Amino acid sequence: MAMVLDKSHRWRLVAAHIGLVAFIALTVFPFLMVLSISLRPGNFAVGSIIPTDVTLEHWKLALGIPYVKPDGHIVNPPFPVLLWLWNSVKVAGVTALLVLALSTTSAYAFARMRFTGRSFALNTLMLMQMFPAVLSLVAIYAIFETVGDSVPKMGINTHAGLILAYCGGIAMHAWTIKGYFETIPAEMEEAAKVDGASPFQAFWHVLLPMAVPILVVVFLLSFIGTMIEVPVASVLLHDEKNLTLAVGSRLYLYQQNYLWGDFAAAAILSGLPITMVFILGQRWLVSGLTAGGVKG
Amino acid sequence: MTQIDPPPRSWRLRLRTWMPVVIGIVLLLAGLYLVTLTYVAGQTWIAVGLLGLLMLATWLFTSAKTYVYRYLFPGIVAVLIFVLLPIVYTFGIGFTNYSSRNLLSFERSTRYLLEEKMPTEGVEYAFTLHALGKAPTQDYRIRLEDAATGKVYLSPEFALAAKGQKAQSLKAELQNAETALPDALQVRELIALQPGLKLVSVVLPDGVTLGMTGLRRFVPLQSLYKQVGKNLVNQRTGDVLVPDFKLGFYVNQKTGETMTPGFKVGVGFENFRQIFTDPKYREPFLRIFIWTNVFALLSVLFSFGVGIVLAVLMNWEALRFRAVYRTMLFLPYAVPGFISILVFRGLFNESFGEINLILNGLFGISPSWFSDPWLAKAMILIVNTWLGYPYMMLLCMGLIKSIPSDLYEASAIVGSGPLTNFFKITLPLIARPIMPLLISSFAFNFNNFVLISLLTAGGPDYLDTKVPAGSTDILVSYTYRIAFVDSGQNFALAAAISTVIFALVAVMSVLQLRLTKADKPINT
Repeated sequence: MAMVLDKSHRWRLVAAHIGLVAFIALTVFPFLMVLSISLRPGNFAVGSIIPTDVTLEHWKLALGIPYVKPDGHIVNPPFPVLLWLWNSVKVAGVTALLVLALSTTSAYAFARMRFTGRSFALNTLMLMQMFPAVLSLVAIYAIFETVGDSVPKMGINTHAGLILAYCGGIAMHAWTIKGYFETIPAEMEEAAKVDGASPFQAFWHVLLPMAVPILVVVFLLSFIGTMIEVPVASVLLHDEKNLTLAVGSRLYLYQQNYLWGDFAAAAILSGLPITMVFILGQRWLVSGLTAGGVKG
Repeated sequence: MTQIDPPPRSWRLRLRTWMPVVIGIVLLLAGLYLVTLTYVAGQTWIAVGLLGLLMLATWLFTSAKTYVYRYLFPGIVAVLIFVLLPIVYTFGIGFTNYSSRNLLSFERSTRYLLEEKMPTEGVEYAFTLHALGKAPTQDYRIRLEDAATGKVYLSPEFALAAKGQKAQSLKAELQNAETALPDALQVRELIALQPGLKLVSVVLPDGVTLGMTGLRRFVPLQSLYKQVGKNLVNQRTGDVLVPDFKLGFYVNQKTGETMTPGFKVGVGFENFRQIFTDPKYREPFLRIFIWTNVFALLSVLFSFGVGIVLAVLMNWEALRFRAVYRTMLFLPYAVPGFISILVFRGLFNESFGEINLILNGLFGISPSWFSDPWLAKAMILIVNTWLGYPYMMLLCMGLIKSIPSDLYEASAIVGSGPLTNFFKITLPLIARPIMPLLISSFAFNFNNFVLISLLTAGGPDYLDTKVPAGSTDILVSYTYRIAFVDSGQNFALAAAISTVIFALVAVMSVLQLRLTKADKPINT
């Protein structure tokens, strides 16, 4: 009996290994392909996964360096990838800071204070985050067009406008931080208050230093979430020099202007940093995500 | 011990007490500046609203009674303005005729028509254009000579371009002594600059406004329409334009012609009536609605199916290298979605894509992923399963860990195999806690705009519908096309469809909350 079980057990293990390796090969195939395509000459070239003649032309173009073909032709970078990356980082950085500030202060009030309308406000926040911004795109567009009439620097086609549009996305983060604050005993803050600290000082000097891990998680989640956001940015930004990476990248793969090789290099260049952050911080980031919603 | 605080510390202390006050005043001033800007731009109601908010903020941050709300106010205001307002506004737009044809408010549309000019017959000014400076940074001056009196007027220097010129008004001066000007521009050059010149109006010292009517001629302009009560009267033909607040247009009483630009008016349930009863809109809406549901359901099922099998394997103690496998399996989740979707768009390309090259090499087939409706749908599901399984795997791994291991020990004693374990223990025990998460995943995919818009952009398009719609369009991407991509720019119809989606999502949310609450009450 035991012998039979062991034997089938071993076969099952082997089968599981084979299955997993095959499955992983299949899922990782796109990434290997992209790496190989980025090193192949031309935008239409066909070749094996390990490229025979390696060229750095696509990488040069992605980094904004003009590339000189063997026949003396100069190829200029098709799109300002680094500028887009900078735009994305700028918008995402400022947004993440603002979102962090707004959600931390609200979370403090929700976690530590009692006031009328508290549970109503909390539930409303929870409900509202179920309706994605993509559903109110028309209104967002109309609102920022109106804003632009009086304050052109915050209207359509500005980064300030885009950042403002993202500022409302605090619901999930406020809940996450509130949950974390509640795991920290309030005694420390009470002690600080007895020593004469104001509630703000207790919040700033006592509670926040203890909550740094969750603040980092929320900052990163908000940062990544903004980096990869497409719908709102695609409606609010028009000029090529203003685009974020997520909106600009699709310009590479238009039917009329198909730049597969250039896209591959730009995709690796821009995707790698976020991927690395996500893999390194997966243990913390994922717990924040699975608590709330689904990543796009 | 009785030492008095050293000066730097008291300086710091003072800074700390005064800093909030200074920041508060700066913010208040910035707010007031914003209110002024809005008021100057003519948006009185918004200015009033902003001022109200500002006063509320000032009160909250100065009164001792409202201390709690100081922490809440900024966050709540951000949510109200940038999340709730757009949602409510979307509902509102759904009941109007807001579109590229009816873009302006009634006042602005009226002003637009009142600003239309027509030339006056009889009086004429001979016109020459003179370029100053060298080619790229040239400035121009206009010289006008009254044909009847011989008086000469000169415009100040101004910039002019054939393209991208905005309307500009120049104040011309009567020329007393002869001013030396470079030679007048040739007709050929004038023709090149004509689009820009048409937008230039010259105001003479006596207030008469002149505009260009020919290459050598400026004539006085007068308003084409005159406001009589609510109506506008065409000064040339005498036709009367009556504003129609049902249509959102000024209508020419004689010819029945509608005048562009139209204005925004409420149309009641017209947009909703169109979606549900007009075959032109109902037909594509129904097809897209069905596909949206099928897409969301299958996406959840496939990624859950793959995810749970992998999760079971990842929790199998006897399996070695699990950490390596887990990281590799996690990879699709870590890469930004927009990049992997675009990568698939390239890999699936019908003529140059690597997937078809391999399929062609192995089996001699090259499926048309983007032009065949069924293949396009299949491709979307493949890509979405790839994108979604790691999340499901992570969820299931957590839940499987919480299943008591003595259940499996008991089942091992009776000698049941892994399949029995999976279907009799793991799946039933996971089903309840995972249900709300599956529903939220369904709701997410129901609105998975990024996937559709980056992978197929809705295509291939149906050929038999009047409104552009594609066979892989889901409701949100269809809405986006109606509002922002296709020529009609029918914002109102898009907002009405969005409102319908809101209602559907609300139903899903209620369902999800019920199931979550049944499982464990939300603690607030």
